[in-house]
Parts: sequence; structure tokens; C-alpha cells
Amino acid sequence: MSSFINTSIGKKFLISITGLFLISFLAVHLTGNLFLLAGQESFNLVAHFMATDRVISFMEPLLAVGFLLHIVFTAYLTITNQFKRPQKFAKVDHRQTSSWPSQNMFVLGGLIFIFLVLHLSNFWYQMQFGEMDYILYGDIWVQDAYSLVTGKFIIWWYVLIYVAGAVFLGLHLLHGFKSAFFSLGLYNKVWGGRLMLIGAIYSIIITVGFSLIPVYFLIGHLTG
Amino acid sequence: MEFKLKIWRQKNARSQGAFVEYFISGVSKEMSFLEMLDYLNKTLIESGDNPVAFEHDCREGICGSCSLYINGRPHGPDDLIATCELRMTKFKSGDTIIVEPWRAKSFPVLRDLIVDRYAFDKIMQAGGFISVNSGAAPEANSIPVSREVADEAFDAAICIGCGACVAACKNSSAMLFVAAKVSQLALLPQGKPEAEKRARAMVAKMDELGFGSCSNTGACEAECPKGISLAHIARLNREFLLAVFKT
Ligand code: HEM
Ligand code: SF4
Ligand code: FES
Repeated sequence: MSSFINTSIGKKFLISITGLFLISFLAVHLTGNLFLLAGQESFNLVAHFMATDRVISFMEPLLAVGFLLHIVFTAYLTITNQFKRPQKFAKVDHRQTSSWPSQNMFVLGGLIFIFLVLHLSNFWYQMQFGEMDYILYGDIWVQDAYSLVTGKFIIWWYVLIYVAGAVFLGLHLLHGFKSAFFSLGLYNKVWGGRLMLIGAIYSIIITVGFSLIPVYFLIGHLTG
Repeated sequence: MEFKLKIWRQKNARSQGAFVEYFISGVSKEMSFLEMLDYLNKTLIESGDNPVAFEHDCREGICGSCSLYINGRPHGPDDLIATCELRMTKFKSGDTIIVEPWRAKSFPVLRDLIVDRYAFDKIMQAGGFISVNSGAAPEANSIPVSREVADEAFDAAICIGCGACVAACKNSSAMLFVAAKVSQLALLPQGKPEAEKRARAMVAKMDELGFGSCSNTGACEAECPKGISLAHIARLNREFLLAVFKT
């Protein structure tokens, strides 16, 4: 196994597997978040379910490990790749040959990471360790996550940061989605075009979905 | 036509190189890029200077010798051609043209625009062959190969080993070259039995020689004079991962 991880393809295998794992997490996360639009009780009950469900609780540490492995291996490859060309070209023209996201995955990943730290400290940390209000639904007391989130989404620069985060993520996935399948060898002439299309649609859903929620609350606040 | 040329000059592998500017006029539209350099060299020799060293042989896009990085692109501003097939009609009179050698840790500059591509030979020696006697042509013809597979293998076999893929890649990865060689042999019946072993050996050599990893940007495919497809890289990944997980 260690000799496998020592090869370039072995490292890319881990990056693509963790990348796809993070992609599937994003789909679940977005679905949960969209309940914010359905109102306070719906969202709070979904958040309560997420916090107490066995499968989800089991996945949480796995998710942290997934992020960590993805970051460690991409950082390692990005840095070591810099040394493969000690003397740089005086002029490089990639405009016609490859997409901007594909050339700047680490920049986009870094921006996503900054966003992630901010996002976790605002919501995750607050819900785990902070002072939270509780509401009684039926006979269970549930954390009022809805008010925590919507309280933040009426501040314009907060909304701006969240929209920017969603755009960075979408750009990362515009290349990352199909790239992961390439790295796993799951690509051929027939599936090449389809994968690119599915990846583009997924990236757009992620960017629009995650942007829509904060923008919706900001507009609601400004107009009402 | 006239041009300002900025050409990388370097005495030998140990010395520090630098760009030197040349003004050249009287270039005709019919010239190829290499003929334009021949013309420059003629004027340099006549004025007692050292001519610019660059590699070339067939000058018809089949040998893979020519290797210039022109205005930020391997083999210059045109698609599906080697440097020797680049015409001066792709430039406008008065343009500044920057000419560099391939740059990669594994391709050290030997002199001016000539780099040492022996690393590619070493990768081939690590597994780019069939170790049984595959017989003479009639015997090979007795094994039926479907048209699609033969075409696919041929599409990989047309790699001329020029190294433009390494130059095009932000990571100096040799994956497209290695993938072409692995595909070419893995697709055909004579090469199949050793396919996994070959993939492992060639990838190990590629890593060892200091080529970078693949980010699937597609720049190599776009710059390859033979249009070798990224699908071959996916096949290499597949062969390699299957080989590892079986053992
Ligand atoms: C939810 C967040 C993220 C998701 C869903 C995600 C997903 C992906 C996927 C699917 C790939 C393609 C894998 C491949 O090429 O085989 C990828 C590549 C990459 N990711 Fe992420 N990623 C995320 C966060 C990050 C972060 C935080 C960083 C860095 C700090 C990062 C850095 C990179 C880099 C540098 C690559 C390109 C690696 C290469 O091809 O050489 N990503 N990501
Ligand atoms: S794959 Fe294309 S660019 Fe790379 S060495 Fe072969 S012919 Fe040249
Ligand atoms: S000189 Fe032979 S390919 Fe260009």
C-alpha cells in the first residue's frame, strides 16, 4: 500500500476518491439547507435529524478525514510539481488549451478552505459549543438553528462571502468533477462528453443552490 | 516580413542561459518557421556569430526531433502540427516572437534550444516493449483484431515522442506520452499479457525520473502534434489501478 501511495497515480487516486466523497457530501448538505426555504420548523427538524441520526453522526468524522486527506495530498502534489520545472518559461499561453479552473485548482481550493474555516466557526462551532435557543416541537426540544443561520444572512457582506464561496466551489468542481473520473480511469470517448455535461450541471446546481439561500434571506430582509 | 526574435541562448548544460534579441527582415511568407531560423543562422554565421542550435530532422512532422516553445506554446501557435510544420503565415510582420527550449527538470537544456530527451528512452526501456517474439508479419496477421481496436491502437501509436506534452503541462507531467505507449501495446493481443506489468514499470520510471503528476488539464492533448487523446491517460490510470488492486 505504501508503494502505491508513493506513485503519482496512487496519490491522484486518493485525491479523486476523497473529491468524489466531498461531492456526495455537498449534495446532502445542499438538500438539507434548502429546507431553510421551507421555514423555521422544517429546517430545525431536519437539522435535529442530522445531528442525531446514527449514519450522519458516523459520517461526520469521516468527512473531516476526507477533507484532511484531500487537502494534504493536493497540497503535496501542487508543491512538489513546482520543482519539476526549475527554470520557468518566460511566456506561457494556456488560453486556448485548457480551462482557467483546471490551471488554478489549488488557488480555488485555498479559497474554499478559507471559506470553510469561516463557515465552520460561524455555524458548526456555534451549534456544538455556543449558546443556542431551543424550541419545543411536539415533545422534543430542538436547537433553533434556523434563527442562527437566518440571523447571519441579513448582513450583506456575509451574503457576499457565501456567494463567493459558492462560486469558488462551482469553479473547483467544473474541472474537479470530470477530473476525478479521469483519474479513476473511468473515461472513454463515449462517456467523455457526458461526464463533462453532468459535471457542469452539478457545478451550476451547487453554485446556484448555495447562493440562492443567503440571497433569498437578504432580499426578504431588505424588502420586508 | 520582419520580426523581433527573442531566442534562448545557452552555451552548454552547465552554463546559465539568457534571451538574446535579433531583428530579422526579408522573411518571406512561404517560409516555414525552421526555414526562418535557418535564414537567421545564415546571417549569424556570415557576421561571425554562433548559429542558434535547434533540433530537426524529417521536417515533415514524423520524427519528433523538432521541439520549440514559441510565444508560450509548444510547437507554436497552431494545432496538430510539429514545429517543423509551422508556417510564417501564422505570424504578422512586426511581431515579437519568443523562442524557448522545452523546460522541465527531466529535459535538461544541452545547448540553446536543444534539450536532452533521454528520459523518454529510459521510460521505454522500463517496459515499452513486448518481451516475447511476436513473429513475422504473416503470423501477426493470423490473429484477428477488430477494426475499432486496431484504429484505437494506431491513434496511440502515432505518438512521435516529441515531448510537447511535458512542455505544455503545468506539472511537467509525461502522462500523455506514457499513456500513448501503454495504450498502443495494451490494446493489441501481443501486448495484452504484459499490460499491467508494463503500466506499473513505466509509471514507476516516469515518477523516478522527475516528471510531475497529472492534473487532467488537457493542455497536453491540445498541444500534441498528433492529437493523442486524454482517453489514453484514463486507460493508463485504469491499467495501473487494476494492476495494483489485483496484487
Ligand atoms: C467541498 C470541497 C471540495 C470538493 C468537493 C473537492 C473536489 C475535488 C475533486 C472532485 C477534484 C478532482 C480530483 C482529480 O483530479 O482526480 C479535486 C481536485 C483538487 N482539489 Fe479539491 N475539493 C474540495 C476542496 C478542496 C480544498 C479545500 C483544497 C485545497 C486546499 C482542494 C484542492 C484541490 C486541488 C489542488 C486539486 C487538483 C489536484 C490535481 O489534479 O493535481 N480542494 N477536488
Ligand atoms: S503524446 Fe503527443 S506531445 Fe507527447 S510525445 Fe507523443 S506526440 Fe509528442
Ligand atoms: S523535424 Fe521531424 S517532426 Fe519536426
